[in-house]
Amino acid sequence: MSATANYLLHLADNAVVLGQRNAEWCGHGPALEEDIALANVSLDLIGQARLLYQQAATELGGDATEDRLAYFRDVPDFRNYTLLELPHHSALVGYAKSDLDYGTTIVRNFLYSALMVLVWEQLQQSKDEQLAAIAAKSLKEVRYHLRHSRDWLLRLGDGTDDSHARVQAALDHLMPYTQEFWSGSRMEAAAVAAGVGVDVAALKSDWDQLVDDALAEATLQRPKGEGYVTQGKNGLHSEHLGFLLSEMQGLARSHPSASW
Amino acid sequence: MNAALKEWPLWEVFVRSKQGLEHKHCGSLHASDAQHALEMARDVYTRRQEGVSIWVLPSAQITASNPDDKGELFDPAADKIYRHPTFYEIPEAVGHM
Repeated sequence: MSATANYLLHLADNAVVLGQRNAEWCGHGPALEEDIALANVSLDLIGQARLLYQQAATELGGDATEDRLAYFRDVPDFRNYTLLELPHHSALVGYAKSDLDYGTTIVRNFLYSALMVLVWEQLQQSKDEQLAAIAAKSLKEVRYHLRHSRDWLLRLGDGTDDSHARVQAALDHLMPYTQEFWSGSRMEAAAVAAGVGVDVAALKSDWDQLVDDALAEATLQRPKGEGYVTQGKNGLHSEHLGFLLSEMQGLARSHPSASW
Repeated sequence: MNAALKEWPLWEVFVRSKQGLEHKHCGSLHASDAQHALEMARDVYTRRQEGVSIWVLPSAQITASNPDDKGELFDPAADKIYRHPTFYEIPEAVGHM
């Protein structure tokens, strides 16, 4: 597989997995207006994933289509960050049930949007013209995602004792997963060498600045975020991705040639 | 719905469309403050490219006429058709007005 196709799949899988996760809130949002806002974010992400899968399918040729890439690949084929597949609650084993926690949702959207604002900005200069165009479109969307999640981070962090405690717990839980952003991979190095991808590790100081400014305003403590570095982008996932994919892919796999 | 949500005040939303000159009332929503109301209005009322500018106003700030006063407020205007400027001959040179 070409460096470009590999990299496009990484970006597409990130978008589709977080889009699917956030869609779990549809109809269950904490307020009607917020329900719509989060569904909008999901639709933006799924829209980005479609464009990226279409471009990856063109790169791959053969019988590849956006639907085949989204619905007929298995857990080890997905290259999304592990952070994005985690459920909307603190650490529990995959099949344990828990209430959806909006603090977790907001913190994840914030940490990831802060990264993607920087990534899409750079990708506008990608040698792959299609990817550069997708980046320009996605940048506007993710700027709003950052604004939305940052706004709620401040409201929850600097809100009641309960909201502060819950959003701090979510931050403590999720921050270690952001180490995966900065750990290199062959897939990314090949894309950078080809002039297609962006060197994410070089964005860390800008990301730190975005995150630290928001956390200070939200009166939250930044946890160290050390420990095991997850490997989702290399295809080694948590136990949660299989559950997410089975829900997302079930319909398409039960009716493989259906169209609607 | 919990107590905190119930306490969110109501806001009236006005949106100006791309071609429109004025902001038009399009609905209302609950939000904790003005900035919050603006963000939510973006998500609730401009998802289908309805607008390029949004105003939000606290609903509590609106003083409304009482529907019971409809008779004395509005009915007297019903038979004053001479208030409509439709009885003037417009010179042809003026063209369409």
